Amino acid sequence: MSVSQTTFRAALLDPSAAVPDGLWDAAERPAGRRFSVYRNNVAVSLTEAMHQAFPVIARLLGTQNMDGLAGLFLRKHPPSSPLMMYYGEEFPEFLAGMEQLSHLGYLADVACLELALRQSYHSADSQAAPHDALAVPPEEIVLAKLEFAPSMKFLRSDWPLYSIWRFNSEEGAPKPAPGSEDVLITRPEFDPAPHLLPKGGADWIAHVQAGLTIGEAFEQTSTVFPEFDLGATLALLLQGGAITSVTIERLAT
Amino acid sequence: MSNTAKTLVIASAVAAAVTGVATTASAQAKEKCYGVSLAGQNDCAAGPGTTCAGTSTVDYQGNAWTLVDAGTCADIELPKSADGAAREGSLEPLERDLPA
Repeated sequence: MSVSQTTFRAALLDPSAAVPDGLWDAAERPAGRRFSVYRNNVAVSLTEAMHQAFPVIARLLGTQNMDGLAGLFLRKHPPSSPLMMYYGEEFPEFLAGMEQLSHLGYLADVACLELALRQSYHSADSQAAPHDALAVPPEEIVLAKLEFAPSMKFLRSDWPLYSIWRFNSEEGAPKPAPGSEDVLITRPEFDPAPHLLPKGGADWIAHVQAGLTIGEAFEQTSTVFPEFDLGATLALLLQGGAITSVTIERLAT
Repeated sequence: MSNTAKTLVIASAVAAAVTGVATTASAQAKEKCYGVSLAGQNDCAAGPGTTCAGTSTVDYQGNAWTLVDAGTCADIELPKSADGAAREGSLEPLERDLPA
C-alpha cells in the first residue's frame, strides 16, 4: 500500500474526495469502488452509534434530523478511541454550537445527561456503606464526611432536564414544565437511573465531594437555597447505593 | 438559627433519610423480567459498540429482559399474540417469539 494514513483518513471522512491512489486488492487491481463501500460503512456505523448513544436527542429531533446531524458530527469528531461506548463526548458542545438548533437550548444538557448515564454504566463497581453508618448521634452526624460511588454523577441544568429526559424515555410521563432541574444519576445494581434532585442538592453533593462535612456543606448550601431538603437528597443517594464511606472525626473528649 | 438548632435540623433530616431507606429498600428490589420489552427497547445503558444495546429484534422477544418492580412482571399488559394466545411476562427466559 503506497497511500499515506493521512490521505487515507482524509478521504475516508470526505465523501467528495477521490479514492486515494495506491490501494490495491489481492489481485493487485486498484481498489476503486471498494474504498467507497468502506467509506460508506464507516459513516453508517458511526451514525448508528450516535443513535444508540443519544436515544433521547434522536427522539427529540427525529430520526432524519439525527442522521443528518450525526453525519456532520462524525466527520468533525471521528472516534479518538476504539472504546465506542464513550463515543460522542464532544456532542454536547457540538449541539450548543449549531446555529440551526439554537432555539432548542436544552439539547446540550440532554446530551450531557445521556453521556453521564453511559459513563455511570461503565464506572467501576463499588460497595455501598452499610445503612446504619449514618445512624449516629446528632453532634457526630454534622461532622461526617462522605465518599461517593464512582458511578454517582450529577448535573446542573437551567432547563427542566429531568422532566425532558423522562418525557422522552418513559411512556405516559408528564409533559415537562418550565424551570431548572438538577439531576442525580445512581447505579444501585447494574443499570444507572436518573433522579430529580431537590433544589440545592447538586451544590450540597459538590461541597461534600470537595471534602466538607455534612454540616459545613448544609450551611453553605442553605445560604444559597434556604429551602434545601437534605433528607430528600440523602435518601436518593442512599437508595442508589451511592454513598460508599462515612468518616466521622470524633471530637476529643 | 443557633448551632444546636441547626445540628438538630441536619440530624433529623439524616435520620429520616436513613430510616426511609431501610424500610423501602426491600420493597424496591428489581427483578429481571423476560418477554416484556418492545424490539430495540430492552434495558441496556451500555451504549454503542457493546453487544447488548437494542439487540432485541422482535417485539416481546422471550430472552430479552427489562427491569420492572418486583412483583409486577406478570401483570404487565401486552397485546395478544398473532394466534390469539395471551402473553404474560415471565421471570424465566421464554421460548416464544425468538428471532428467526
